[in-house]
Amino acid sequence: MTAPAVSKPGEKSRGLDAATVRRLLPAYGVYVALAVLVLFNIVYTDNFLAWNNFRIQLVQVTPVVIVALGMALVIGTEGIDLSVGSVMALGAALIPLYLGYGMVPALLLAVLGGVFVGLVNGSLVAFVGLQPIVATLAMLVAGRGVALVLSDGKYKDIRDKDFLAIGTDAFLDVPYTVWIAAVLAVIVGFVIRRTVFGRRLLAIGDNRAAAQLAGVPVKRVLITVYVIAAVLAAIAGVIQVSRIGSADASRIGLLIELSAITAVVVGGTPLTGGKIRVLGTVAGAFLMQLLTATMIANNLKDSTAQMVQAVIILVAVYTARERRTR
Amino acid sequence: MSQTLVTPDATVEKAEAASMRTERIVELVQRQGALAVLGIVIVVGLFAYDNFRSFDNAGTVLVSAAPAALIALGMTFVIISGGIDLSVGSLYVLGGVLAAWASQYGVVAAFAAPLVVCGLFGLVQGLVIAYARLAPFIVTLAGLLGARGLMLALSGEGRTTYLVDAGAFKDFGKGELLGVKYAVYLVAVLLVIGMVALYRTRFGQSVYALGGSEDAARLMGVRIRGTQIRVYVLSGLLAGLAGAINAARLGSGVTVLGTGMELDAIAAVVIGGTLLTGGAGTLGGTIAGVLLLQVIQNLINQDGGVTSAWQTVISGAFIALVVVAQTYLAKLRRVASG
Repeated sequence: MTAPAVSKPGEKSRGLDAATVRRLLPAYGVYVALAVLVLFNIVYTDNFLAWNNFRIQLVQVTPVVIVALGMALVIGTEGIDLSVGSVMALGAALIPLYLGYGMVPALLLAVLGGVFVGLVNGSLVAFVGLQPIVATLAMLVAGRGVALVLSDGKYKDIRDKDFLAIGTDAFLDVPYTVWIAAVLAVIVGFVIRRTVFGRRLLAIGDNRAAAQLAGVPVKRVLITVYVIAAVLAAIAGVIQVSRIGSADASRIGLLIELSAITAVVVGGTPLTGGKIRVLGTVAGAFLMQLLTATMIANNLKDSTAQMVQAVIILVAVYTARERRTR
Repeated sequence: MSQTLVTPDATVEKAEAASMRTERIVELVQRQGALAVLGIVIVVGLFAYDNFRSFDNAGTVLVSAAPAALIALGMTFVIISGGIDLSVGSLYVLGGVLAAWASQYGVVAAFAAPLVVCGLFGLVQGLVIAYARLAPFIVTLAGLLGARGLMLALSGEGRTTYLVDAGAFKDFGKGELLGVKYAVYLVAVLLVIGMVALYRTRFGQSVYALGGSEDAARLMGVRIRGTQIRVYVLSGLLAGLAGAINAARLGSGVTVLGTGMELDAIAAVVIGGTLLTGGAGTLGGTIAGVLLLQVIQNLINQDGGVTSAWQTVISGAFIALVVVAQTYLAKLRRVASG
């Protein structure tokens, strides 16, 4: 503010001054942190560069990435979706029930389960006007209950080879699940940047009243967003089941809403809506995954790992915070 | 001429009177909605289940609701101030572990340890929220992780369960007066203090002002940062105390409880009529909300045919139902008051 914002054209590309860093940090801070962490690992962690290790990290981060993509869309509308973990459990619980009719019906039903929860969430937010945190809190509680009722509270092993292949087989040495997550990330990125729906979504997050006045079908867009988030969560649940080979409705997706929100926020998407960083979200998920892996590889205890994560979240959000314009 | 004038006047007056009546009823229901539903649920329970009627059962309900009531009490202050505190579930467990560990040094230590640690934890969160101006949701989400890490570090990665030493602290957990556990009296006293603090002190008014409009509060001369910090300290203290009284009752610092406790507290506060947007709400409503969730749980337990899976379905549906009803009532009031 003190220095006049005049600079000669030639100076622009030269060096990094404090103002530039401050401007770029929210957008690219997560990549810097990720790069630092990778470098640290290359030096200090044995076998870090082995493809096998890399593959394990990719597979483990997949569900969080998929859920976080949906979460990013919801947060872009200035909302939040706490029910994603329960939706994962619901999708997971539906799989063993209908796998007897074949893989496709089972997958379709799992996705339909997500659509259903998303419709409820979206309607509560759009038509009733509930705050997203309350609406999805109710579905967080009820959704896991329904998943437990469906699975009779039992842990179910899955033996269907075709279904398990989703979780175990690979294309070009990269597991199918990772390909699925990558494709979904590209689609979500495309939808936000290049479609009317994406524009409308961001407009709602920016200023809902203005979007309404500008003729954006606010309610329809909101419901669609919550349905997409829930469907992505259901897909993540299915992937999780195919990877571990069993469906345990009481454990799958537990607390993943927190990981997903963390990934989105660390990736530079503001909680206040109106802006979504898809690649940042993916990088945020990787950062948190790699952080945990690094700490485990270097024999840090779980307790220390959680405390370090807490600090990292705060630091990341602090650097990524946007200047208040109010 | 005069007649034509009188008629519309009378109609307007009548309509005004009617709308005022609607407004008053709606306001009453929204304020005391949780209490009304609680009354209905209790009456149904009294007729439907023999065991529900017993005095012992009433005591059970109250004592199981005690920790949740303390957490929700702190959460009410936080939410009225326009914030949210997701760390209370972890702080509750941390408080329980600390109290069980410290009980070997006497009853004072058993209460002091969780209060000091959880209070300090709340202080740090409050400072970050007030000075770094980060969203309370994020700060307390990090707090949730941090407090859980701290708890795990204290309990040997969750493998050590500290037993409460036989002594005054354990007696506090077991002791009762007139058939009601001490913890219930403690909660009642703190509730009264909380009500006085919220409704009758400068601090309480600052909390409402802050939640109503931060800018307006600042212009009015409310100390924004001080109020924010105090609210989170209070929430941390109460969560730690809730952990302590639960440890005294169970006789050990259980490390696996408390997941999702913050969400239960938020649900109770919201059911009690406090708006998540801040600036409005009552402690009486919160207590009614806590008791309502507890009584429903108790009734479901009375009915042996309902599995725990259905219990969660019912509580989830119930939260949604109450909140939807409240939102419609709030809308109705806005329409009624023009």
